[in-house]
Amino acid sequence: MASFAETGPRRPVVESIRVDKVSPGARTTGAVRAMVVVIVALIMLIPIFVMLATAFKSRPDVSASPPKVFFQPTLEGFLYLFTDRAIIAPGRMAEFQAKADAGAMGFLERLAFDTGQEITGPSAYVGRLTNSLIVAGVSTALSVLLGTLAGYAFSRFNMPGKDDLLFFILSTRMLPAVVVTIPLFLMYRQMGLYDTHLGLILLYTVFNLSFAVWLMKGFFDEIPREYEEAALVDGYSRIQTFLKIVLPQSVSGIAATTVFCLIFAWNEYAFALMMTSERARTAPPSIPSMLGRGGIEWSAIAAGSLLFLIPVVIITFALRKYLLRGVTFGAIRQ
Amino acid sequence: MASITADSSVNNPISSGRAVARQLSDRAIMNLFIWPTLVLLIAFNFFPLFYSLFLSFTNYRATGNTAPVWIGIENYATILTDPSLWEAFTTTGRYVLFSVALQTVVGFGLAMLIRGKFRGSGLVTTLILVPMMLSPVVVGLFWKMMYNPNFGYFNYLVGMGESGQLDMLASRFGNQAIQGIALASVILVDVWMWSPFVMLLVLSGLNAIPDYLYEAAAIDRASSWFQFWHITLPQVMPLLLIAVLFRTIEALKSFDLVMGLTGGGPGNQTELIAVYLYRVAFLGQFRSGYSSALAYIILIIVIAISNLYIRNLNKIKGEG
Repeated sequence: MASFAETGPRRPVVESIRVDKVSPGARTTGAVRAMVVVIVALIMLIPIFVMLATAFKSRPDVSASPPKVFFQPTLEGFLYLFTDRAIIAPGRMAEFQAKADAGAMGFLERLAFDTGQEITGPSAYVGRLTNSLIVAGVSTALSVLLGTLAGYAFSRFNMPGKDDLLFFILSTRMLPAVVVTIPLFLMYRQMGLYDTHLGLILLYTVFNLSFAVWLMKGFFDEIPREYEEAALVDGYSRIQTFLKIVLPQSVSGIAATTVFCLIFAWNEYAFALMMTSERARTAPPSIPSMLGRGGIEWSAIAAGSLLFLIPVVIITFALRKYLLRGVTFGAIRQ
Repeated sequence: MASITADSSVNNPISSGRAVARQLSDRAIMNLFIWPTLVLLIAFNFFPLFYSLFLSFTNYRATGNTAPVWIGIENYATILTDPSLWEAFTTTGRYVLFSVALQTVVGFGLAMLIRGKFRGSGLVTTLILVPMMLSPVVVGLFWKMMYNPNFGYFNYLVGMGESGQLDMLASRFGNQAIQGIALASVILVDVWMWSPFVMLLVLSGLNAIPDYLYEAAAIDRASSWFQFWHITLPQVMPLLLIAVLFRTIEALKSFDLVMGLTGGGPGNQTELIAVYLYRVAFLGQFRSGYSSALAYIILIIVIAISNLYIRNLNKIKGEG
């Protein structure tokens, strides 16, 4: 007869009481599963690795066939992205060489010189990126402000037809951009808002507003009303209560909403494509049209995409607790 | 009368004067908080839609200088009998069907796989979610690079690299044009981008299933297949439905991704309805009247599905 010490568990079972979770079979299955997950994740991220690599490739390396996995990294892509350049005339080569030897060249200048070019000025992309920052920043601030107020009102007050109003607000988000843009384009042209920052800011504010209202309402719903009621009894006015009791408690909600709105505005393409041409055009519609002298400048496109992607990746990690809420308009809370 | 009012205010000082004032100010605050939002939404959504409803019955062109002329339902009649439009609808239908179906399957699979916690599973889950947060047009662009027949990685990854014959986005293999490859490559990118979305929703559904259901099933010696069909699937269903509806709406509207990848080409093989609409409304002839009519047809389809979606969302919210 085998004793319990031989057949029983060696260590106390603390993880689970379920037989199927502690058996050796289940444990190896778990390890295999974890490995499969990691492999799947790596495969899914291949396109992102590729972009990362391409952004640091030199022009001949980008179009090498078969594609190079190992290469000498360079910042040429970023040079192409941010500057306009001209080929240095043979007559002036000595002058540049002297300047380079004297160490009087800036970093980008030097980089350009190494490929036989001189910088003639910042590229159009710099302006587009600035536009993106302005439009995304201002419109996010506006939609979060309005969304917070409306979200609070929808969370705390009863009004006739509240559900219908909320439905109307969400349904505006579902409209296809092209559909709304046709009449808006004509209106904007008439009012002189076409291709202006103000026009795009208003449009993005509205685009994000329905989302901000729904998300903020969800956050306010979670704050117990008792706090406010206590404050009201203590003689605070409704506004004071809102400012001093409710807002401080919803800081994380407001932060999450802000970041989501920023991402949406930052990534937006369709409105920017149809409602702007030169002055107010943002970065997303201009990345595809980045053409160099040798056809499409892939390393510049990759560099531009990379700059676009980095903030989004950071934000995704910062927001991971709220992702589910964000993508379901605050309806599902986990 | 006056004495009664005075009496009550003496007897009950808190509920009369201040309470009335508070009630009023609540109402004022409510209006103050809600109306700016409503005004903006109405101005930028309702009003334009009425305007385009009017335009859809006219022959207006944004590039012409003539005022819109009322032509009745001619635009609608033209649209519904136009074979190139039906082609765009068919392409869109195919695109929506395949990409949503694949996303559902892949997303569900990923969720089932990732369900058990292990060291670093949070990190991996978040990494998998990155694609859906990216700008679709940027995603389209770097996949265009991936698909490039000369220096793209894709052909090498699928083992077609050496010959250099497969050109996904041109829908060609060697000299032979094969219908459907271009659309399939767009679908592949969409699946890559949005399967994580389905995964995220399903995962939250899976995590909400109470353990005792499985324990009871294990005690009854139910097979894992049985457990999947009778516990996992029904429990996750509401969230899966939401994911599918949301993705259907988004896929119907799909525009950015296709513009970044193919711009509708080659020919019109990947011209989804939104891209078609963009072309008639903003490129070439600016046929505003005609495109408004088309926009309305699309709008009705999208609203019908959105309605379903929001209703399901509310149902889940009621339960949760």
